[in-house]
Amino acid sequence: MDDLLREFLTETGEHLDTVDLELVRFEQDPNNQTILRNIFRLVHTIKGTCGFLGLPRLEALAHAAETLMGKFRDGMTVTSEAVTLILQTLDRIKVIVAELERTAAEPAGADEDLIGALERMSEGEIAAAPPPPPAPPPMATGSLVPQVLERALKPGEVSLDDLERAFRDTPGPAAPALTTGSLVPQVLERALKPGEVTLDDLERAFRDTPGPAAAPPAPAPAAAKAAPEPRAEAPASEGESVAVSKVQTIRVNVDTLEHLMTMVSELVLTRNQLLEIARHHEDNSYKVPLQRLSNVTAELQEGVMKTRMQPIGSAWQKLPRVVRDLSSELGKKIDLVMQGAETELDRQVLEVIKDPLTHMVRNSADHGIESGPERKAAGKPEKGTIRLNAFHEGGTITIEIADDGKGLDLATIRRKAVERGIASEAEVERMSDAQVAKFIFHAGFSTAKAITSVSGRGVGMDVVKTNIELIGGTVDIRTQLGQGTTFTIKIPLTLAIVAALIVSARDHRFAIPQVSVLELVRVQPGSDHTVERINGSPVLRLRDRLLPIVPIAGMLGLDKDPSTASTDEGFVVVSQVGRQRFGILVDGVFHTEEIVVKPMSSKLRHIPLFSGNTILGDGAVVLIVDPNGVARMVGSGAATGQPGEADAETEEASGDQTVTLLVFKGGGHALKAVPLSLVTRLEEVDAAKIEWVGGRPLIQYRGRLMPLVPVDPDQVLKREGSQALVVFSDGERSMGLAVDEIVDIVDDVLDVELAADRSDLIGSAVVRGRATEIVNIAHYLPLAHDDWARAPRRKEHKVPQLLLVDDSAFFREMLTPVLKAAGYRVTAAASAEEALGLLLGETAIDVVVSDLDMPGRSGFDLVEAMRRASPRIAQVPVIALAASTAPEAIERARALGIADFVAKFDRSGLVAALNEVTASALDVAA
Amino acid sequence: MMAANTNDAKTGAPPAGETVDYVTVSLGEEMFGLPIDRVHDVFIATNLTDVPLAPPEIKGLLNLRGRVVTAICLRRRLGLPDRVSEGRNMAVGLEHGGEAYGLLVDQVGEVMKLSADTYGPNPVHMDARWRGVSRGVHRLDGRLLIVLDVDAVLAFGDERAAVNAA
Repeated sequence: MDDLLREFLTETGEHLDTVDLELVRFEQDPNNQTILRNIFRLVHTIKGTCGFLGLPRLEALAHAAETLMGKFRDGMTVTSEAVTLILQTLDRIKVIVAELERTAAEPAGADEDLIGALERMSEGEIAAAPPPPPAPPPMATGSLVPQVLERALKPGEVSLDDLERAFRDTPGPAAPALTTGSLVPQVLERALKPGEVTLDDLERAFRDTPGPAAAPPAPAPAAAKAAPEPRAEAPASEGESVAVSKVQTIRVNVDTLEHLMTMVSELVLTRNQLLEIARHHEDNSYKVPLQRLSNVTAELQEGVMKTRMQPIGSAWQKLPRVVRDLSSELGKKIDLVMQGAETELDRQVLEVIKDPLTHMVRNSADHGIESGPERKAAGKPEKGTIRLNAFHEGGTITIEIADDGKGLDLATIRRKAVERGIASEAEVERMSDAQVAKFIFHAGFSTAKAITSVSGRGVGMDVVKTNIELIGGTVDIRTQLGQGTTFTIKIPLTLAIVAALIVSARDHRFAIPQVSVLELVRVQPGSDHTVERINGSPVLRLRDRLLPIVPIAGMLGLDKDPSTASTDEGFVVVSQVGRQRFGILVDGVFHTEEIVVKPMSSKLRHIPLFSGNTILGDGAVVLIVDPNGVARMVGSGAATGQPGEADAETEEASGDQTVTLLVFKGGGHALKAVPLSLVTRLEEVDAAKIEWVGGRPLIQYRGRLMPLVPVDPDQVLKREGSQALVVFSDGERSMGLAVDEIVDIVDDVLDVELAADRSDLIGSAVVRGRATEIVNIAHYLPLAHDDWARAPRRKEHKVPQLLLVDDSAFFREMLTPVLKAAGYRVTAAASAEEALGLLLGETAIDVVVSDLDMPGRSGFDLVEAMRRASPRIAQVPVIALAASTAPEAIERARALGIADFVAKFDRSGLVAALNEVTASALDVAA
Repeated sequence: MMAANTNDAKTGAPPAGETVDYVTVSLGEEMFGLPIDRVHDVFIATNLTDVPLAPPEIKGLLNLRGRVVTAICLRRRLGLPDRVSEGRNMAVGLEHGGEAYGLLVDQVGEVMKLSADTYGPNPVHMDARWRGVSRGVHRLDGRLLIVLDVDAVLAFGDERAAVNAA
């Protein structure tokens, strides 16, 4: 492709975009001669160049469009139809130009259709020159010109015929003089469709017909007369035609700029080195020129950066056209207001956000803005508004896309999220509206009732979000039902240069992009902010929330010997990625620096934790930590080798029932808790009364010896004062769990967030906003009585096999040890399905203990299914657990032959019922 | 000779009679040649920044006149043990896929003009790892020069990246 053609293509592309924009403006303001002149000039330039380069197809099209616009300039009425036709022509030109760019040759094809239509349109006026007929019938039926519309007319539309007639009837020359004002207020409730005519035009046609028609003057003088008038107003409107202003510019290849940028970066580094050297030398003679060099360099850097900046308006250029087309397609009236178009940002960023922005605006127009009648009914102005706003804020640029439409229907989104399996019902209920709104960024999530051609094609907001996040940006949604929706996009000013926090970990330095940093917290053992451990996973309490901590050294494997790694001192960089908040624990924080981001080597791109690298002022290369990568690691638990805040974990253990928990302290500062239902009594005993037998602490308690077990093996029992005990008893056996302090008894939804694989803990949960370890009593029972777990009370040799069915992992965990302690071999199942599978399996089940309230198939369903299954399974006795003992439930249980009915927390009741049931069952079997 | 011919066709080794300039580098006693048109510069690699979690072949990143260069250890690439005495880190600057690499070697020697007369294919029993990155061998006076295929030397870790991405 020769240079001339390439230049032509670039130039034409820009011209076409401008013309698009200007035409839409022109349509709204048909009397603005400045805009018209500008369009005319651009089209003329395109035409001229095409002729020069030998591109006949383009030239013919441009020529036809120019002719029509020439008529406008000479005073022909500007109709929406004509504008549409010109826009169509521009689209065709764009298609040809695109082809030209690809193959360097004009594609074959004919444009007679468009050229014909354009010519007819321009001739419309010429045809009007002959003496006009007396009075036109308002809606004539005869066909004057062949109908060229490709579809049937819609109600309210006007055929070309009528239009033609209107033109003919109008005494041509007189019309221009009248076009300067709106004759009737525009009352159409939607934008005009192709081929439609404004009321204005019709009115004008009517009015003009009888009057001046009497003596039609020669066209030429009239046109000349009309011309000076608009010209007179031209200077006034000159100011708004920014595109016309002759800025002195020169086209520079982007590669040249990139290279310049690299060289400047290098210069900066060299300057920094020189300054460093100068600091160590006494010789002052070169300090002054060095200072000057330094200043010049800084200025140069700034200047080169500026060359990469472009106003965001260039990404918005296509939007007025998009909205215009959409509003006619959808039959809505939409105003597009753009503010801050001059806000500049890096061209690289601009490229990336262009498409997401267009998509979001389309979305707002399609889903956001209601139809005219709907808006009226809601008491809003008929015309919807989409407002684009861009402004600088700190080191980022904020773009808002606001519509005054119907807002997001959060109830529907909640329902859909559950339907699509993105979140569970319980989760969705707990989520804030803002969180729910973000579901629209999930792939394949469209709330539009009908899939229109405009949006709802599957590619949607998820792509938008991905693109924006790719460049380190964020999207937020504010929505109010009936009031509208505002999307706020925050993106870094430039990709090339970002503000980053330089941190240290061991002997490494890393950069963390400032955008994702919320705050810094200094942590130190013994201070207000201390890193706590939940089963080895570090967490930080920050304003009543538990923040997972990712020690950067551990995550990156910086410690050769993990045992020496200490993560308790340093700084926590609190970061947020999407909904996820976490803290990155680093050893030190240096400063914030504007860094020049360089892409990661392709050999290292597979490491998800780094997004790039940079050269610091001192010349060292440092890696840029990618908070998105860290977030993913936190989510998958890979960072610490422990299950983190993984969603699955939370889901499984979640149950909305509140549980009464006894919260106590013992061994370390961590809070511990155990369900109160398991506790027999709380005691405060005189420490002096603790006796030691065989190295084990005992106390005389209610006439018996009760073994004491410290809750933590390292815990030292008190020798004096009072010792707090949590007493657990089972039948005649009791055991005292020695704790430091009983803290509280609380009712809370128990949500075991972090499952432990230590046997003394079930896991950790947030109880009343504090991290609490949930103690596994089953661990302590054998410590008190060696034989407790073995349950020798049963004389039978056969240990009954028990199947425990409960959807809550917590209750399974809690009841299993209790049941084991009562002498059963326990198999647990999380659902009726799983239970049935186990029942049908190899192991013969002697008794089933099942929760009745389970999601999906309930306990009742399970029993019914069991009764229908093989006779062996139908015989298995069932004990039902229920949170409530409603009479109808008991009735149903009885009907199904459920052996016993026990309240969920009645541990001793359960054991008693089991003993009864299995004793009789085994007797029968024997 | 048949084998040599197919090898030539595959690797684009010079036809007989023409000469190729090689930058010679050495690892211990072994000598290697890199086609001079692929070598950008030779420099001393200092201030290497470790990249945690990186493949073992990558020794780190360094700043070479404002450009971030990925330093690759030729010893590790060829499965040789690391150098015991840490002398100067000599590096050969290479370009691959628009990215800058520095190949860390023990020593950089002279530039040699070698003709195809002394050139031969790799011996069949050569270590597979070496065979993968070598185009052939030049028989010199008293020693052998292994011709390195720059693209092959730098083509590692791609499978690994693919696996990790999956």
